[in-house]
Amino acid sequence: MTDASLVVTDLHVEFSGFVAVGGVSFDAHPGEVRFLIGPNGAGKTTCIDAITGLTRATGSARLGGKELLGRPVHKIVRLGVGRTFQTASVFDELTVLQNLDIAAGRHRRSASLLRARRGTDGSIEQALEETGLAGEFATPSGILSHGQKQWLEIAMLLVQDAKVLLLDEPVAGMSQDERTATGELLQRIAAKRIVLVVEHDMDFMRRFATRVTVLHQGRVLSQGAVAEVQADPKVQEVYLGTAGAATTAAMSVVPEAAAGTHQRKED
Amino acid sequence: MTKSKPWISLSGIGLFAVLLLAVAPLVLTDHWLNNLGKYCCWAIAAVGIGLAWGRGGMLVMGQGVFFALGAYSMAMHLTLETAGDRIPGFMVLYDPLAPLPVFWEPFRSTGFTLLAIVLLPVLLASSLGYALFKRRVKGAYFAILTQALAVALATLISSTIRETGGDTGLSDFKYFFGFVLNDPANKRMVYLIAAALLIVCLFAVWQLYRSRFGELLVATRDAEERVRFLGYDPANVKLVAFVVSALMASIGGAMFVPIVGIITPAEIGAAASILMIAGVAFGGRASLFGPALGAIAVGWGQSSLGSTWPDGWTYILGLLFIVVILFLPNGLSSLPARFTAARRSPDRQPAPAIVAAELEEARP
Amino acid sequence: MDALIAPLLNGSAQGALLLLAALGLSLTFGQMGVINMAHGEFLMIGAFTAYLVQQVIASSDLSIPVALPVALVVAGLFGLLLEVTVIQWMYRRPLDTLLVTVGVSLILRQAALQIFPSQGVPVEKPGWLDGQLNILGYEWPLRQLFSILLAAVCVAALAAWLKYTSFGRRIRATVHNRDLAETSGISTRTVDRLTFFAGSGLAGVAGVAASLIGGTNSQMGVQYIIAAFLVVAAGGIGQLKGTIIAAWAVGVTLSYFAYWTTGSLAQVLAFILVIVFLQLRPQGLVTVRTRSLV
Repeated sequence: MTDASLVVTDLHVEFSGFVAVGGVSFDAHPGEVRFLIGPNGAGKTTCIDAITGLTRATGSARLGGKELLGRPVHKIVRLGVGRTFQTASVFDELTVLQNLDIAAGRHRRSASLLRARRGTDGSIEQALEETGLAGEFATPSGILSHGQKQWLEIAMLLVQDAKVLLLDEPVAGMSQDERTATGELLQRIAAKRIVLVVEHDMDFMRRFATRVTVLHQGRVLSQGAVAEVQADPKVQEVYLGTAGAATTAAMSVVPEAAAGTHQRKED
Repeated sequence: MTKSKPWISLSGIGLFAVLLLAVAPLVLTDHWLNNLGKYCCWAIAAVGIGLAWGRGGMLVMGQGVFFALGAYSMAMHLTLETAGDRIPGFMVLYDPLAPLPVFWEPFRSTGFTLLAIVLLPVLLASSLGYALFKRRVKGAYFAILTQALAVALATLISSTIRETGGDTGLSDFKYFFGFVLNDPANKRMVYLIAAALLIVCLFAVWQLYRSRFGELLVATRDAEERVRFLGYDPANVKLVAFVVSALMASIGGAMFVPIVGIITPAEIGAAASILMIAGVAFGGRASLFGPALGAIAVGWGQSSLGSTWPDGWTYILGLLFIVVILFLPNGLSSLPARFTAARRSPDRQPAPAIVAAELEEARP
Repeated sequence: MDALIAPLLNGSAQGALLLLAALGLSLTFGQMGVINMAHGEFLMIGAFTAYLVQQVIASSDLSIPVALPVALVVAGLFGLLLEVTVIQWMYRRPLDTLLVTVGVSLILRQAALQIFPSQGVPVEKPGWLDGQLNILGYEWPLRQLFSILLAAVCVAALAAWLKYTSFGRRIRATVHNRDLAETSGISTRTVDRLTFFAGSGLAGVAGVAASLIGGTNSQMGVQYIIAAFLVVAAGGIGQLKGTIIAAWAVGVTLSYFAYWTTGSLAQVLAFILVIVFLQLRPQGLVTVRTRSLV
C-alpha cells in the first residue's frame, strides 16, 4: 500500500433513516483500473458522492493519508480528487478549449483570472491529444457528441491534474468502438493515477478492470480480481436472485455458474 | 462569446464614447443633455446588472439599494456643502434645535464622501453576498431577498424624515464640490463625468468578459455544481460579480444626484429596482452593450412618456416585460444573431444555456 | 400586558393572512418552480371582489360570506388565465417567469388604479364581526379572529383536498416527481392549471379577509407578496406544516418589531432576521443536487 492510495474505510451514508451505504471499505492504487459494480441501488454512486463531499458520510476516506470526509467539495477537489457524472456535464456554451482552460485554472493565482487567455497550456494540449479531441478544440462543447463530451470530461480531469479519477458510468450510451477507445484511454491514464469506475456494463468491466468491488444493498459483497469475483457464489446469487434488471448482464459475468445457482435453489 | 474579435467590441465602446462625449454635447439642448446624463446613471447601474444577471445568473432585483448608497452619500455631502455651517434646512423644519445626526457629520469631507460611495456598496454587497452565496441561496430566493432589501430600505428612508428627508428626499443642491450647479457649463461637466464613468464601466466589463474570470462566471451560471468539482468555490466567483455590480450601481446613484438634483425613496425602492432590470432585459442581459442601451431607452421612456402619459407608460412597461422575456429572452441585442441563425438553420433553438441554468436553479 | 398580548394577537391575524397568501404561492412554486409575482395582485382582486359583491348585495352581513366563494372563483380564473396565456410557455425558464409576472402585476395594479378610485374603496364589515373579544384585558377585534378561522378552514380544506381526492393525489405526485407523474399517465398540464386556479383562488380568499382588516386599494398586493414569499422560503417548499409555522412566526415577529420600534424599522429588522435564519437553518433554501430524495 503506497502513500498515494485512496483508502475508504467503513463508509456510512444515511438518507433520513435509510442506509444507502452501510460500512463499505475498499482501496484503490495507481496503476490499476478499479471497478465498482453492483445492481441498481447498491450505493455505488453514493460512495462517490460521499468521497467527493457531495453527500454527508461517516467513516473514513483517505487520499495519501489525508482525510477527505468533512471537507467542502472544492477543497476535496484541490486535494486531487476529480469526478465525472452519470450525465455528461460540460459547459455547453464554452468551447472545448475554454472548458479545459477553466479546469486547468485552479492552479492559477486569482489575479491572473482578470486577464484574457493567451496561448494554450502544455497540459491542455497534452490532454487534447490524449483524448483525441485535438481537432475539436474550438468547437462549442454543447454540440459535441455524447461520447466526445465524456472524453472532454476526462480531459478536464487530466488538466486538473487529479490524482484520483472517479468516473460514474463513463461508457453509458457509447458505441462499441467508443467503449474500446475509452477503456484503452483509462488504462493509459491509470499508469500514474488512481482510476475508479462505477459501471453497469459487465462486458466493459471484464475487458478493462484490474480489480473489482461488488456492492449490494450498501455493503461490499465481494472484491478482488475479475475472475475471483466471477467465481464468488454470493455474487452469483445476488445477480440472479434479486436484481431482475441486471440478470442478463450478470449472466454474461457468470455464464458457467448460472445454471448451478438455479440448481442450488431447487435443492 | 465574441472572443475571437475583441477589436469589434472595443471599437463599439469607442463609438459609444464619441457619441456620448463629443456628439451629444454638440447636438443636444441643455435640457436633453441633462436627461441623457440621467439615463447614463441608470445605464451605469444596468451595466452592473448585466454582469451579475446576464453573465452570472444572479437576478439582482434590489440594485436600488446600492444605487441609494451612492446617491444618498453624494446627496448628504451636497446638502452639507449647500448648508455651509448651518443645519440643513429640512431638518430645521422638523426640529429647529436638534443637532446634525451623527452619521451626517463625516459627509462634510469630500474624501470621505468619495470613499463612502465606493466602500459602502462593496461592504454591504460582500457581507450580504457572502452570507447568501456560501449558503447556496440562489435563483428566485436570491432575487426576492434582494428585492425585499430594496423595499425595506425605501421604507426605512421614508419613515426617517428628519434624518434623511423622508419621502420628499434630499434636494436643492447648490454646489457640486465647489462648482455652482446652476451654471450650464458646470451642468455640462457633470454630464461629461457621468458619461465618462459609463464608458469606464463598459470598458471594465469588456475586460471582465474576455478574461478567464468571465469564462468562469458563465461556467458558474450554467453549471454551478460542475464548477465546484473543478476545485473552485462558486460562491467566490459570484461574490466578485455581485460586488462589482453593486459598486457600479452606487456610482450611478452618486452621479444621479447632481444631475437630477433630487433623490427620494421612490428612486431606489422596488419599483425603481425593477425599472433598472427592465432596461437590461430589453437591451439584452448577457451582451456588452445591451444593458446600457436598454437602460437608456427605458430611461427615455420613463422620463418622456412617464411624465406626459403616466398611465400608458405603466402598461407599456408591463407589456415590455412580458413580450421581451417571453419572445426575446436575450433582448434586442440577440436579434441580429437570431436573424443570421434563422437564415442558416431555421429550426435551431436559441440560448439553451440560460434555460439549462435556470432549470438547475429552480430545482427545489 | 397589552404590550405583550396585542402584538401577539394582531400578529397572529397578520400571519393568518400571510398564510392564505403563501399557500397558493407555495403550491405553484413547489410544483412548477414558478414564482408568481402577480400573486399579490390576485389578493387585491379578491379584495375588490368583496367590494363589488357589496354593491350588489347591500347587506354586509350577507355579502361577505357570499364574497368568499366568489373571490375564490374570480381570482382563480385570473390565475388560470395567466397560466394559459403566459406561464405555460415558460416552464423551462422559471426565473424568467418571475420577471414576466412582474410585468403582469404592473398591468393589473395600474388597471385597478384606473378602474377604482385611487384612494381605494371601503368594504363594509359585517355586523357580526363588529365586536371585540376581551383577552387578558386586550380588546381583540373579532374580524382578526375571523381571518384566523378562515385560514384554518382553508388549510384544512386544502389538506383534505390534497390528501383524499384523486386530483389532490395527482398534484402531490407531480410535486414529488414531475417526469414520473407524466409517464404514469397523469396529465401534468391539467394538474398545473388546476393548481394555478386553486393557488390564485386562495389569494382571492385572503383578499376578502384583508379587505376587512386593512384598506382595499391598488397597492395592497405589494405589501403581501414579499412577506408571503419569505414565508414560503422559510417554511420549506411544499411543506404545509412548515408554511403554517413560518407564516405565524413572520406575522407575529413583524408585529412585535413594529410595536417595539415604532414603525418601519420592523421591515429592516425582519430582513436581517431572515438572513440570520438562513445562516442557521438553510435547509429550506438549499438547492444542493444529490441523487437522494431531498
